[in-house]
Amino acid sequence: MEIKLILNGRQVVGHVDADTVLLDFLREKGCLSVKRGCDTSNCGLCTVLMDGKPILSCSTLAVRADGHEVFTLEGLQGEAADFIGFIADQGADQCGFCNPGFVMNTIALLRENPDPTDEEIRAFLAGNLCRCSGYDGQLRGIRNYLNSRGR
Amino acid sequence: MENREYKTVGKSFRKKDAMQLLTGKPVYVDDITPRNALVVMLLRSPHANAIVQEIRTDAAKKVPGVVDIYTWQDVPQTRFAIAGQTYPEPSPYDRLILDRHVRFVGDAVAIIAAETEKAARKAMKLIKVKYEVLEAVLDFRAAKDNPVLVHPEADWFPPCEVGGDNRRNLVASEVSAHGDVDGVMADCDIVIDRTYHTKAFHQAMMEPFICYTELDRYGRLHVVSSTQIVFHTRRILSRALGIPKSRIRVEKPRIGGGFGAKQTAVCDVYPAFVTMKTGRPAKISYTREEAQISGSPRHEMEVRVRLGASREGKIRVMDLYTLSNTGAYGEHGPTTVGLSGHKSIPLYTGSLEAHRFSYDVVYTNLQAAGAYRGYGATQGIFAVESAVNELAEMLGMDPTVIRDRNMVKEGMVMPAYYGEPANACALDRCMEHCRQMFRWEERYPVRDMGNGKVRCAGVAMAMQGSCISNIDVGSATVKLSEDGTYNLLIGAADMGTGCDTILAQMVAECMDCRLADVAVFGADTDASPYDSGSYASSTTYITGKAVEKACTQLKDQICAIAAQMMGCEKEEVVFESTRVRRMDTDQAVSLADIAYKAQVGNTQPAEATATHSSPISPPPYMVGMVEIELDKLTGLVTILDYMAVVDCGIPINPALARIQAEGGIVQGIGHTLMENVTYDRNGRPIESSFMQYKIPTRLDMGHLRVEFEHSNEPTGPFGAKSIGEIVINTPAPAIAHAIYRATGVWHRELPITPEKVAMSLVEKQHEIQA
Amino acid sequence: MITIQNYVRAQSLEEAWSLNQKRQNRILGGMLWLRLGKGSIHTAIDLCNLGLNGIEENDTEFRIGAMVTLRDLELHDGLNAYTRGAVRNAVKDIVGVQFRNMATVGGSIWGRFGFSDVLTVFLGLDTYAELYKGGMVPLETFVSMKKDNDILVRLIVKKAPARIVYTAMRNQRTDFPVIACAVSQLGGEYRAAIGARPARAMVIRDEQGLLSDGITAESAKAFAEYTAKKAPTENNVRGSAAYRTHLIRVLTQRSVLELGGI
Repeated sequence: MEIKLILNGRQVVGHVDADTVLLDFLREKGCLSVKRGCDTSNCGLCTVLMDGKPILSCSTLAVRADGHEVFTLEGLQGEAADFIGFIADQGADQCGFCNPGFVMNTIALLRENPDPTDEEIRAFLAGNLCRCSGYDGQLRGIRNYLNSRGR
Repeated sequence: MENREYKTVGKSFRKKDAMQLLTGKPVYVDDITPRNALVVMLLRSPHANAIVQEIRTDAAKKVPGVVDIYTWQDVPQTRFAIAGQTYPEPSPYDRLILDRHVRFVGDAVAIIAAETEKAARKAMKLIKVKYEVLEAVLDFRAAKDNPVLVHPEADWFPPCEVGGDNRRNLVASEVSAHGDVDGVMADCDIVIDRTYHTKAFHQAMMEPFICYTELDRYGRLHVVSSTQIVFHTRRILSRALGIPKSRIRVEKPRIGGGFGAKQTAVCDVYPAFVTMKTGRPAKISYTREEAQISGSPRHEMEVRVRLGASREGKIRVMDLYTLSNTGAYGEHGPTTVGLSGHKSIPLYTGSLEAHRFSYDVVYTNLQAAGAYRGYGATQGIFAVESAVNELAEMLGMDPTVIRDRNMVKEGMVMPAYYGEPANACALDRCMEHCRQMFRWEERYPVRDMGNGKVRCAGVAMAMQGSCISNIDVGSATVKLSEDGTYNLLIGAADMGTGCDTILAQMVAECMDCRLADVAVFGADTDASPYDSGSYASSTTYITGKAVEKACTQLKDQICAIAAQMMGCEKEEVVFESTRVRRMDTDQAVSLADIAYKAQVGNTQPAEATATHSSPISPPPYMVGMVEIELDKLTGLVTILDYMAVVDCGIPINPALARIQAEGGIVQGIGHTLMENVTYDRNGRPIESSFMQYKIPTRLDMGHLRVEFEHSNEPTGPFGAKSIGEIVINTPAPAIAHAIYRATGVWHRELPITPEKVAMSLVEKQHEIQA
Repeated sequence: MITIQNYVRAQSLEEAWSLNQKRQNRILGGMLWLRLGKGSIHTAIDLCNLGLNGIEENDTEFRIGAMVTLRDLELHDGLNAYTRGAVRNAVKDIVGVQFRNMATVGGSIWGRFGFSDVLTVFLGLDTYAELYKGGMVPLETFVSMKKDNDILVRLIVKKAPARIVYTAMRNQRTDFPVIACAVSQLGGEYRAAIGARPARAMVIRDEQGLLSDGITAESAKAFAEYTAKKAPTENNVRGSAAYRTHLIRVLTQRSVLELGGI
C-alpha cells in the first residue's frame, strides 16, 4: 500500500504492507534513532511524535500514519539540544539505547508542561524504561536544565 | 591516606560518546550493519527435555525467500561452552550448535536463514518436528543424583576440574574451610540456621542480544556483535565452527547494555554458522521474548547460612552451603557459585574465628543461567546480610552497631577471601557516613502512619572484587598522533558504563593532556590489544593499570625520540605535557614535532602496549540503607529513600561512579520487590516479556542518594578499585530487613511481592487468633 | 505477530459494519498488542475517520467515542470533575503516556479484558454501550454478551448525582492491576465494580442495604465483606485467589470510607 506522510518536516511516500509497523518503516527510511526494546508496548524505546503526540511506533501500523505528521529524534535535534547536555553532565546517558525514546518523550513533556515538578516528570516518563541509570540521573539532568532556563 | 589532586582523574567528565547517544545516532549493531543481510531465526523447543526424532524442513524450505534451514544433522559435533571466560574455561563443554537432545523450553531446534523476517516466520511454522518427550528435571533441589540426566552424553567435557559429574547432574562441587567450624559452632551462645532463595533474574538490558556476520574482503568471518567479550567470542566461534582464529574477526560497536548477559556468546554462533554455510551476510536479532526465555540470566540459588555468635553479638563462625541452579547448560555455573560464599563471609573477617563454605551446582531442564552483575555475590550477600540482621534483631542490637563490631577493617587478611589482604577498606567509614546521612537513629524505629501504613528502615553491607585474581588480563595501546594528541586502543568493552571515558581520563592524567586529546577505540580482535573483556568488575582496575603502564612506556619512547632530535641522551630530557625539554640547556621540542619525527626515518615506536594482571582482587565495599512505607493491608512496599555510601577506592569519574551505583540499586530493588521468574509445570517460562517481567519504572524506586568514602588501593590505577557490580548487592537484604521491621516477618525468598507481605500478616493474625 | 493483508479506513459505520461481517476481518483499536497475537487478519478496519475520537458533554450525559484514547480520558476536565478524578486515577498508571495516547476506549471495552481498569471504572458509573446495530445496552449487560460482529460506537455515561472512588493494587506501578475497584454511589445506590479478579469486571450492588443507614467504619466493613463474598476470584501470575479476595475487602472498605469522607 502507498502511504504519504510528513516525516521530520518532509513529505515522504512509502510502500508498505498492511501489517508493516511504523517502527520498521521509519528505520527503513533511515530514522535509526527509533529502537525496538520489546514487543509488548512496555518499554518506550520506539517513541516518536505523531501529530505532536508521543506514541509507540512498534505498535502503530505504518498505514495508520498515512496523512499524518511524524517526528523522530532525527528531526528534532535542535529541540533536544536544549536539554540533553544536562543529561550528559550527569553521565545518565549510559548505554544510550533508551535515550532516543526518552528524549522524544521529554520533548513531548516540555511542550505540554514547560515547568514540570519532579513528580510530573516521573509520571510523564513512566513509560520509558531504563535499566542502566536508575532514573535519578535523568531526573537531575532535566531539573538542572529547567533551573538553568529559569536563570 | 594519600589523596592527591589530579587534573583529569577524579573529575566528572561527560562520557565521550554521550552526545552521539543522546542525539540518537546510529551506533548499535542493527544500525550499522546492512539491512539486506539474511535474517536468521531459530525454531525453539516447546519441551523441557526431548529428543528430536524426526525433523522435516522440505515444505519450509519451499517458502519464497527462505535460503536454507539447518538441523542437528548439519552442524559440527564438537562440544563447546559459550561462557566468556579465560581458557581453559571452568564452564563445561556441553553444547552443540544444534543438538538432537533439547534440554529446555526455548532450546534451539533449527536455524532458519531467509531474505526477510516474514519468510523466516512463515517457514518456522512449516517445519515439522517429531519429539520424543522425556521426563524433565524442573526442581533444582531434586536435581543432584536424579535418575533423569540433563547431560547423559558421553562427550560431555569439563576443561577444568571443578568437581562436576554429568552422571549426577552436577556441574561443580566444592568444600573449603578455615578453622574449627564445628568446635566454634558448638561453643556459640546463639546459632542461626536459615535458608534463603533467590531467582534467575534477568539483566533486561534494553538492547536484546544481536549479532551480524559476514565474510570480509579476505574471506574471513567478520562478526559485529553486541558483546562484552570480543576475544572470548572469537575463541568460542573458532571451536564451535572448527575454523582457525586467524579466520575470525570480532568487533563490538556501542552496546545497549549488558550487565553480564553479554559476557556469554548467547546468539553469535547461529549467524556465524549461516555465513560460513552460505557465504552471505547474516543477522540474528533476538526478540525480547527470546532474550527472556533463552538468554543468560542470574543463577537461581538457595543459600543455607549457619551463623554462630556470642550473646554480646560477636559473630564467631559461619557455615554456608549454596545450591546453585545452572539450568540446561553450565555457563558460569562453577564460578558464580564461588562468590556466594567468598564475597559474603569475608565481610565479617573482623570477628570470625572459623568458616566453611560448600556448594553444589546442578543441571536442570530450565533456561541456562550465566553472568549477571554481582555474579553470585548478590545471592550470598542476601543470605549472609539477612542472617546478620536476624541475629541483631534477635539480640535486640542495633544492626549497624553489630556490624561495627564484626566487619572487616583495613589491613586485615581475609581467610574467606582466598587469604587476600584488605589493603584499602573504608567499610567502617561507609557505615558511619551512611548512618549520619540517612539519619539512621531517627528512621530505624517503626513509625505508624495511620490507615495500616508504617515506616521503617533496613540496612546491609556488601563487597565484591575488582577482577579475577591471577586470571584476568587487560591491555592498552597508547599511540602518539602527529599533532600531539593520542589514540587509546583497548579490548575492554564499554557497554554504557563509560569505561572508554574513564580509561581516556587516565591517559589524559598520565600524559598531562586534555581529555579531548585522547581518542578511544575498542573493541576489535584485529585491532585491540588482548583483553579478557569487560566483566568481573575488572576494567577500571585491570585495564586501567595497563593504561597507566602503557603511558609510562610511551613517555619513555617520546623522550627517546626527543633526545635523538636534540642530540642528547634520554636521561637528559624531561617530558612536559606538550613538549620535551633538555634539562641542561632548556632546549625543547614540541610533542607535534616529535610525532612528525616519529613518522620520518624513525626506528623508535611512538606507541606502547602494556598488559596487566593482578595477583589480588581488592574488594570495593558498600553500605546501603533503605526507608520504606509498608501498607500492612495490601502488602505494598513503597521505597521512600535509598541511601548508600560506597568505597570504590578513588572514583576516577565520580558522576559515572554515582550512576553505576544508582542503576545497580534500582536493579536490586526490582529483584527484591517485583521481578519474578516462574515456570509452568512443563517448564515453560511465564515471565517471557516485559508485560510479565516487570522491571522498576521511575515511579517504583523512590529517591536515591549515593556518596563515596575514598580509600586508596595501592595496586589500582590512581588508587581505584571497582564499582560496577557491588552496587546491586545491598537492596535485597536491606529491604527484607525493613519489611521485617514493619511486619515482624522475615521473607527469605525473592521477590518479596505485596501478596507475600500481606498474606504473611493474615497468616500471623490467624495464628494469634488460634 | 498478527499478519494483516488489507487495511481500510471506513468512510461510514455502515461500511465498517459490513466489512466486519466477514470472520477474518477485524476492527482496529489501539493495536498495542499487535505483536503478541498469532492470528491473521484479512482486512483491518480502521474507524479513525468517523469522528469517534471526541468526548461530548451535555447536561445529562457524556458521549465518549470509541476512538477516544485513554489519554483523552485522563485529561478531560468535565469527566474528571464529574468523577472527582476517578477516571484519571483509573487510567494514569496504564503503562505510560505513549501507550495511553494509542489505547482506545473502544478497544479497551470491546476486548472485555479481565485486567481492564477502564472497564472497571465505567462499570462504577451509569454507563451504556452504544452499538451500531444493537443500540444502547447497559455496560453491565454488554460485558457479559458474547463478542459478535457489531460495532461499539460510543460509551454513554449518564450523569446522575454520583460519587465514585477508584483504587487499584499493582505489583509494579505501571503493571496490570492485581485487583481494580471502583466504589460508587449512584443516585441512592451503592455499588462496587471489581476488576482483575482476574476475570472481567463485575458489579456488586448493595442489595442488602448495608450502607443504607450511612457510611460508618462498621457498615463499610460489612459492605467490603459482602463484596468480597460476591466477587469470585482466581489465581494467576499476579496474585492468588485468596490474596485477591483479601484485596477486594481492603480496597472496598477503604473506598467506601473515602466515599463517606471518613
